[in-house]
Amino acid sequence: MSTAPRTLFDKVWDGHVVVPECVEHPAVLYVDLHLVHEVTSPQAFAMLAARGLKVRRPDRTLATLDHSTPTYAPDAEGRWPGIDPAAGSQIEALRAHCRTHGIDLCDVGSGRRGIVHVVGPEQGRTWPGGLIVCGDSHTSTHGAFGALAFGIGTTEVGHVLATQCLLQRKPKTLLVRVDGELGPGVTAKDLALAVCGALGAGGGAGSVLEYQGAAVRALSMEGRMTLCNMAIEAGARAGMVAPDDVTFDWLRGRPGVPQGTAFDEAVVGWRRLFTDEGARFDREVVVDASAIAPTVTWGTASDMTMPVDGPVPEPSSDTESAALAYMELAPGQPIRAKSIDVVFIGSCTNGRIEDLRAAASVIEGRRVAPGVRMLVVPGSDQVRAQAESEGLDRVFVAAGAEWREPGCSMCIAMNEDRVPDGGFAVSTSNRNFRGRQGPGSRTFLASPETAAASAIEGHVADPRPYLQEVSRA
Amino acid sequence: MPEPFRSITSRFVLVDRDHVDTDQIIPARFLTTTSRDGLGAHAFADWRGRPDCPLDAPGAEDARILVGGANFGCGSSREHAVWALVDFGFRAVIAPSFGDIFRRNAVENGLLPVQVAADQIAAIRAHPDAEVTVDLEACEVRMAGHRSASFPADAFGRHCLLHGVDTLGFLLERAADIEAFEVARGDGGVR
Repeated sequence: MSTAPRTLFDKVWDGHVVVPECVEHPAVLYVDLHLVHEVTSPQAFAMLAARGLKVRRPDRTLATLDHSTPTYAPDAEGRWPGIDPAAGSQIEALRAHCRTHGIDLCDVGSGRRGIVHVVGPEQGRTWPGGLIVCGDSHTSTHGAFGALAFGIGTTEVGHVLATQCLLQRKPKTLLVRVDGELGPGVTAKDLALAVCGALGAGGGAGSVLEYQGAAVRALSMEGRMTLCNMAIEAGARAGMVAPDDVTFDWLRGRPGVPQGTAFDEAVVGWRRLFTDEGARFDREVVVDASAIAPTVTWGTASDMTMPVDGPVPEPSSDTESAALAYMELAPGQPIRAKSIDVVFIGSCTNGRIEDLRAAASVIEGRRVAPGVRMLVVPGSDQVRAQAESEGLDRVFVAAGAEWREPGCSMCIAMNEDRVPDGGFAVSTSNRNFRGRQGPGSRTFLASPETAAASAIEGHVADPRPYLQEVSRA
Repeated sequence: MPEPFRSITSRFVLVDRDHVDTDQIIPARFLTTTSRDGLGAHAFADWRGRPDCPLDAPGAEDARILVGGANFGCGSSREHAVWALVDFGFRAVIAPSFGDIFRRNAVENGLLPVQVAADQIAAIRAHPDAEVTVDLEACEVRMAGHRSASFPADAFGRHCLLHGVDTLGFLLERAADIEAFEVARGDGGVR
């Protein structure tokens, strides 16, 4: 073992090399956990079937239904009346593949179904130091636990199903140090958006980010997941946070982790997962947490960000001018001038219990503005049950919002949950791309607090006045 | 397994915007398929029919090369984006930079990602009717009357594209190494 100082990323990478890389070929890396969902897996299972291959490690594979799955209640057989036939057959295909190959599927009725990146950590399948992949770019979420986690294409899903391995060139490392403290009403989501703004939408390309600094240490696990989730929106392969007591306390007792003293033994190893003093990153960026305001996007790429209380910026490129035109915004105007049609709270970015509590704290005792449709979509069965036990569902429904079944929903708009053509949405999801939330949709990305405040006011709104009221009460 | 790629010469389609994400290349509502075939019909679906849609321009259906902006193919991991471009007829995308997952998916499907500097792209853009040659053996982009531009190609990806190598086959041949790795970490008996 080399004694040279190593980054967190180096340690996790080194622990998974089956065949080292050389000029002629990439490294062969071993995958600890392969997460599977209905949309990016059927062609991979077909690849295995065509060659007569079986899944090498079903025990290291965990499946769920989330992307094209409806967010209205299924019937007693776990089927959705009136579902789009193509989406329905995709769901049945995953069920059949999981039966054939002995893969654990978090299906309807299991109490464990939900968005793949909410389910993995919740079930304790996401471990510090692990290598985790999924046919979904937001796999970076799991880096919050000190795992190396990234999205792969369907051909690579087939590789992992068949061999539990992946061909990868070693990426570069990029340190994002967030000094200082986030202000009141400023969340992990605002930090994630600020990082996208600082790095640029493609600024992290070819790199694995490690987030360090006081502001990152101060985040809860939910907040760290939100932050790592959006590493891909800065173009990065993955984002990582070194595990600490916050991580271990969060994981302890979950079904997929070692139990009792075995957990404590695992923690001893996990405590070695940090960047050594003197380890070198290929690049370093410093962000000042205290300078970040509640942040929203004004355009159609992740780095088109602005403070919620600021003016829409001047465009600096043809791409930005086209984005402003698409969003029907003019430079210099306040973003609150644009009235909205939809508020979406949910997704693998902000569909966890803390996110729902935050949104509920803003909207409790208030009403969704006339003409605005508000959807609240919990990230999983467990998040939904927890929220209901705390009465959050009643807070949302009393305010005039819809309380839905778990799924990716309006983040990806594969099911019925879509922003109408030409409509404007404030969303806690991760992508403001043209038409992402439905053909012709326009998206302002924001934190749950900002989204809830926007629902009340009917336009993009600063959440801080509402939070001050809460703290005075 | 993709067919081998050596060199192609073709007119090009210009998608003249930075950060063209995979939701543009194929919107999510077309991902409910369980097949990888026939997705060319949905390539840039929400752009089609608009007056400025480059894929509707005369001759676009015969172009084998797409010229894009920075960070082309950013966003989602959907391999459907590559399947759609290949099914439409493209064999190469020339851009100043690419989304990482798109680049990997492209190579797996015989779609060559060609990264050249923005000024080289500008030279190509200035000649919308020109034929462009993408030569993987020489790692060069050529256009009549212009200096050729070299592009980087990962040795493995290049080898796979030139010879139509099956990457799953490469991994399956490492079965003994994989098994040894599992045994070494005390995880060999689970199969």
